[in-house]
Formats: sequence, structure tokens, C-alpha cells
Amino acid sequence: MKPLVKDALIAKLTTLADDEVILAHRNSEWVGHGPILEEDIALANITQDELGHAILWYGLRKELDGSDPDRLAFFRDAYEYRCCELVELPKGDWAFTMLRQYLFDLYESLWLEAAQQSTYPPLAGAAQKIIREERFHLQHTRAWVERLGLGTEESNRRLQQALDFQWGYAQQLFVPIPGEELLVAEGIVPDLVPLKARWLEQASRHLQNAGLKLPINPGYQPTSREQHTEHLWSLLAEMQSTARWDPEAKVW
Amino acid sequence: MTALPTAEQVWEALARIPDPEIPVVSVVEMGIVRDVQVEGPKATITMTPTFSGCPALHLIREQLEKTARSLGFADVEVKTVLSPPWSTDWITPEAKERLRQYGIAPPKPAHEGSGLIQIETNPTPCPRCGSLDTRLTNAFGPTLCKALYVCHSCKEPFESFKSV
Repeated sequence: MKPLVKDALIAKLTTLADDEVILAHRNSEWVGHGPILEEDIALANITQDELGHAILWYGLRKELDGSDPDRLAFFRDAYEYRCCELVELPKGDWAFTMLRQYLFDLYESLWLEAAQQSTYPPLAGAAQKIIREERFHLQHTRAWVERLGLGTEESNRRLQQALDFQWGYAQQLFVPIPGEELLVAEGIVPDLVPLKARWLEQASRHLQNAGLKLPINPGYQPTSREQHTEHLWSLLAEMQSTARWDPEAKVW
Repeated sequence: MTALPTAEQVWEALARIPDPEIPVVSVVEMGIVRDVQVEGPKATITMTPTFSGCPALHLIREQLEKTARSLGFADVEVKTVLSPPWSTDWITPEAKERLRQYGIAPPKPAHEGSGLIQIETNPTPCPRCGSLDTRLTNAFGPTLCKALYVCHSCKEPFESFKSV
């Protein structure tokens, strides 16, 4: 693999893993606080799956540069993280969390579906593995969008509010990272342009069927994964505190 | 000095390691152990994760290694492969029956190549009374690999293995 391509792939794998870790940590804040026990369990499962996906992506990076996934997750500061801003946002209410998870799951499913054909066999293999788990997530969060959107006036209002706030942030999922065009040219990762079109089409249809209005003004759209919201700092402070306090505490 | 066991004997020993979360089936019956190679004093065991975030994976890996060492191998390597991805179709028929007796509805055949959204067409029979009058109560259960159901006939809740 050419050095430039390898660097781009390491960077891309980092973004994939970082998105999953941060989203998983956000969702884990619901553990013990879910609206009903079944949903508490369901979201904890989804969260655990996302963490599993992060382990696979960091694992692929390790094969390329020998980096330690634990060091990456627990010893990087916010400015070194390459997650998108959508996953950093505080969990909000249940509608906010379910909508974010739906928008992310749809993106992730479409990305994985295409990535199964990657010319880089380890990435294709990971995509084939992860998509089997992701299916259950999308099915679940799709149903929640429908349930809240068509539920009561209150649930529809809350979901609409979440959509108005998140729509612009979600667009960042389709902003390529620097050097990503090299990976696309080699067939290592899917091109985000056609994926975005499919995502927009499917998300718009489902959201509108659920009684929601697509925001006319998409609002703030982050473009660089080198910039983060203030929320990432406090999230990491909590997530990393044990590891930084006792770096050898690996077995529990 | 006694001769080291053959690959078949290693397989036999590994087949006695129970799945940490579902102890009525072994890690071999679950399809987690994919390959065993014996070369001189070295045993190489290849495993594949069930669900990528399954917390039992560390324990399984440890037990595979420990078991091979207890057979006398000085050098044991446990490798993890992702391809081909683990499927519940790999769980042996005997193990599926034991799951049912244990109270977990065994997985149905996984449907390859179907879309992102799957609709369950066949009912999941209750592992206790066999009734088909059952209902999914939660697509997610106490472990990543299971879903929750309730049986309308015997009124019992039960777990069902997801088909992947």
C-alpha cells in the first residue's frame, strides 16, 4: 500500500472508531435511566454493539500502525479525536437520542453495505461482520421514529425539535476527510456522494411518513473533524478518568 | 517425554469448554473455534467473534489458551478472524436442541443477502410448550445474541437466539 493511501486509511479508520466510541458513551448515559426497562436493555445492547464496532475499527488501524486501541480511546484529548460533532451532543431527551441513533444507523448501514465490497480485505471483512449487527439497530430506531412521530402531539413536537437541531449536524457524516479521495479511487472505502443521496432519500421519506417536516434551513453544518463542540471535553473527562487515574487497571 | 496431542485431540479438549454465557453449549458447538493447527510444540487456534462487542470474548480467548497449555503446548497462539462472519447457522443441531431444552428458542436459519430491514415471517415457537402463539417483546435481550419473547399459551417469557 502506498504511504499516502496508508495514512489516509489510518485517518479514516480513526474517524469510524471515534464516532462509535463517542456515540456509545453518550448512549451509555441512559443505562439505568431508560423510559422503560426493555428500552434501557435495548439501548444498552446497541451501545455495546457500537463499542464492539469501535474495537474492530481500532483493530484494523492497529494492523497498519501498531497503535494500541486503549491508548487511542482513553489517552487522547478532544483535539486529537476525529469524531463528528453529531455524536458529541448531550443525550437530550429520549426523542433526541432515538433520532440521532436513527440518523446515524441509517448512515452506518448504507456505508457498511457499500464497504462490504472494499478492495482492502480486512475492511470488507469487518463491514460484513458489523452489518449483521447494525441491521437490528436500524430496525429498532426506525420504529422509534415512527412511534414518536405519529404518537402524541407532545412526542411529535419533541422529535421535530430534535430533527430541527440535528439535521445540519448529521450532514457532517458525509463530509470526506482530507485524503479520502485516495481511498475512494482505490476502492478501499465507498464514495460518500452517492451514499448521501441514498441517505437523504431514505431518511426524508421515513421522517415525512412519521409526520415530521424536514428543516427548510439545515442550520449549522460542521465540516471539519478537527473541530469539536465543548461537550466532547466533558464527555472525555468522564470516560477517560479511570484509565488516566490508573493506566494499569486493565482487568476488572 | 510424552508426545503432544494431535489437532483432533485439541479439538476434543476445546469441545469441553462451555460458552461462558450459555453453559449448556460448548464454544466448538457454537462455531466460535474455526481452526486448530499443531506444529511441534506450538498450537494455533483460530476463533471468530459471535457479536463484535460480546464481553465473553476475552474469557473465551483465555480459556482456549489455557486449555491448549494444559495439554502440554508451550507455545499457544489464539488468532481472531472476522471472515467469514460468524453465523448462527454454524451452531450444531445438537446444540440447538440443548438451547431449546435450556429455555432459549434456537436461532432460525439466517437469510443471506437480504436487505437492511428484515421482517420476521415465521413464528418463533415457545421453547417450553412449543406453542406458535408467541410475541416479540424486545429485539434486544440480556445478552447481545438474544431477543425477548412472551408465549401467549403458557404465559411464560422466554429468550430467543437472534439469527445472524
